[in-house]
Amino acid sequence: MAELRALVAVKRVIDYAVKIRVKPDRTGVVTDGVKHSMNPFCEIAVEEAVRLKEKKLVKEVIAVSCGPAQCQETIRTALAMGADRGIHVEVPAAEAERLGPLQVARVLAKLAEKEKVDLLLLGKQGTFASQVTVEGGKLKVEREIDGGLETLHLKLPAVVTADLRLNEPRYATLPNIMKAKKKKMEVIKAGDLGVDLTSKISVVSVEDPPQRTAGVKVETTEDLVAKLREIGRI
Amino acid sequence: MVPHWVPRWPVWFFLASPRWRQTACTLRPSVEQRRWLGSRWLAGVASPLAYRGCSSASSHTSKVTLTKDRYPVQRLPFSVVSEEDLATFERIIPGRVITDPEELEAPNVDWLRTVRGCSKVLLRPRTTEEVSCILRHCHERNLAVNPQGGNTGMVGGSVPIFDEIILSTALMNQVISFYSVSGILVCQAGCILEELSRYVEERNFIMPLDLGAKGSCHIGGNVATNAGGLRFLRYGSLHGTVLGLEVVLADGTILNCLTSLRKDNTGYDLKQLFIGSEGTLGVITAVSILCPPKPKAVNVAFLGCPGFAEVLQTFSTCKGMLGEILSAFEFMDAECMWLVRHHLHLTRPVQESPFYVLIETSGSSAGHDAEKLGNFLEHVLDSGLVTDGTLATDERKIKVLWGLRERITEALSLDGYVYKYDISLPVEQLYDIVTDLRIRLGPRAKHVVGYGHLGDGNLHLNVTAEAFSTSLLDTLEPHVYEWTAKQRGSVSAEHGVGFKKRNVVGYSKLPAALQLMHQLKALLDPKGILNPYKTLPSQA
Repeated sequence: MAELRALVAVKRVIDYAVKIRVKPDRTGVVTDGVKHSMNPFCEIAVEEAVRLKEKKLVKEVIAVSCGPAQCQETIRTALAMGADRGIHVEVPAAEAERLGPLQVARVLAKLAEKEKVDLLLLGKQGTFASQVTVEGGKLKVEREIDGGLETLHLKLPAVVTADLRLNEPRYATLPNIMKAKKKKMEVIKAGDLGVDLTSKISVVSVEDPPQRTAGVKVETTEDLVAKLREIGRI
Repeated sequence: MVPHWVPRWPVWFFLASPRWRQTACTLRPSVEQRRWLGSRWLAGVASPLAYRGCSSASSHTSKVTLTKDRYPVQRLPFSVVSEEDLATFERIIPGRVITDPEELEAPNVDWLRTVRGCSKVLLRPRTTEEVSCILRHCHERNLAVNPQGGNTGMVGGSVPIFDEIILSTALMNQVISFYSVSGILVCQAGCILEELSRYVEERNFIMPLDLGAKGSCHIGGNVATNAGGLRFLRYGSLHGTVLGLEVVLADGTILNCLTSLRKDNTGYDLKQLFIGSEGTLGVITAVSILCPPKPKAVNVAFLGCPGFAEVLQTFSTCKGMLGEILSAFEFMDAECMWLVRHHLHLTRPVQESPFYVLIETSGSSAGHDAEKLGNFLEHVLDSGLVTDGTLATDERKIKVLWGLRERITEALSLDGYVYKYDISLPVEQLYDIVTDLRIRLGPRAKHVVGYGHLGDGNLHLNVTAEAFSTSLLDTLEPHVYEWTAKQRGSVSAEHGVGFKKRNVVGYSKLPAALQLMHQLKALLDPKGILNPYKTLPSQA
């Protein structure tokens, strides 16, 4: 049980408190000079991995990120939170923007194989876990679905995505931040893993969502019906 | 230069950090707010209403004693508001004359719920001309006026003592202009500081001041009280950052000194008189203020120190190693941390320590700042000045860490009746008074805490007790003031004088100075109708 190895993928994204602006040429969003940080859901995944390690259910936590050099900061944050070592899959900035989910998935799959990983923890995508424990060589995961809570037993290796309610990420303490600087960080290229990063998707244009127009208040139901008729809804 | 309507009630869904309510109502949080405050996350969708003051359900179960009943103060012979006066006001500002007793409850009580007036009229002008007409009438009729902004003052200066007419700047919330090269903002006095911050931040600038009350305080009030705040260390006083003012004098004269020039040495600098005058020399109606560029890199470090001596040394080290990127240095003691954890359910980010320090750096280069900060942190950690700490570089975490310091006032209010002192002392002796008071008061006080702007030598000393008691007040005063005077400190570093400290300014100002102040008041407001009973010592 204590031999389990966990891989956590962390993504460097635009800081969630920053207002996103679309580039004037509509090819993407402005990222230059914009504050970036670890995706909050990835933080939760890291926290879960570190907690499993503290409970001695996992032996080693590896943090992985795909992207340009700045990703290393994000990996260092994961290391400061308690991950043991980091792997930076170097992808030049221009290519990184066009990196699609399929390519990243292939990279992670190859890494999981290479590092003999039993558990992959990721920030939330589809359905997501709200509680993770290890029971008798299998992973017991509780997840929230529309009807309530569902408990699953998963054979290892397994992929688990983390939800908001899974945990509250810890503050990285200064001593750990200092230690993280010295933890091992491997830098590899996607090519080394034998993964082809060419994207099959091309971005046509990026636009702001339509501006919300102000709502209109009406006094009576007659007014409401009249208004709805006016805008052609009925 | 774009005239821009700054909405009164912002649509603000992301709870980066909880704000003070936008109405001056009781600070008893509702159940929803308490639950919401417990988590650092946007758990699902927190209804904006849950935290925006709609939860307070006017629970005035404990009504605040009228100031005139609690303190020895006599009403001066001003006129009483008559039906004709109300009619005149209605002509000047139709529909914005409030006389409903229920609506008047909140504006008559201060945020700390320690003083309460009995005003029967609240006026809400929109323009400087309206303010001028109102004051002209009041001057003629000898009616006392109490200018009111966000009503977040700490010294009972923002609410009436008797039946003074409340002149609210709530509807004077327009931004007049903003020049994006110089960063000069011109706006009406009733703009809420947080909204101005958001406005200028969108244009890559920041306001030169920041305080916990930002969600409710008006810029006019900030200027009238010469507010200090959390950015004082870096950007200095409003005396420096305010470039011009538009003020309406007691007789209705509009004094327009609203220039947007950095340098203008043409005669006496009149605006300096009004900055910090607390509404007693004129009513500020518009402000021109210099905004610094928004820093590209902001970092916040929250550290635990084993003792006050280490806090001081950390400060010296900080100044030496961080130098020009340092933008805030705040400290708080273990009791403050207990209060915010207990009452507001905030998480303690570091190990338990006797003292905590919050350091903020702001600069234009993330790499440069990170390196300096990294070296500094390594140094203080290795030398034992700091026993634990954490670092925040992303906005969300920064706001959470700041919340620990900014919300101490809120937590204190929830602890009981607060005796609040805001003193300037030599930094080296800043904390001694706290230890002294703990011994002096013993079990009569619930908590005695010290926190504040260490970088500015400004201590916020607070004592909480179950309820107000004259005997406790007598033990505290004049002891605290005498202590401060002995250190040649200021009995009011940034909170101002208002009603509560009018008779102790003598501890920090000599008689000749106070006399000149009285003369200036008599010159600008001979009838004394502007914010009477405040700021200057009562004569005779």
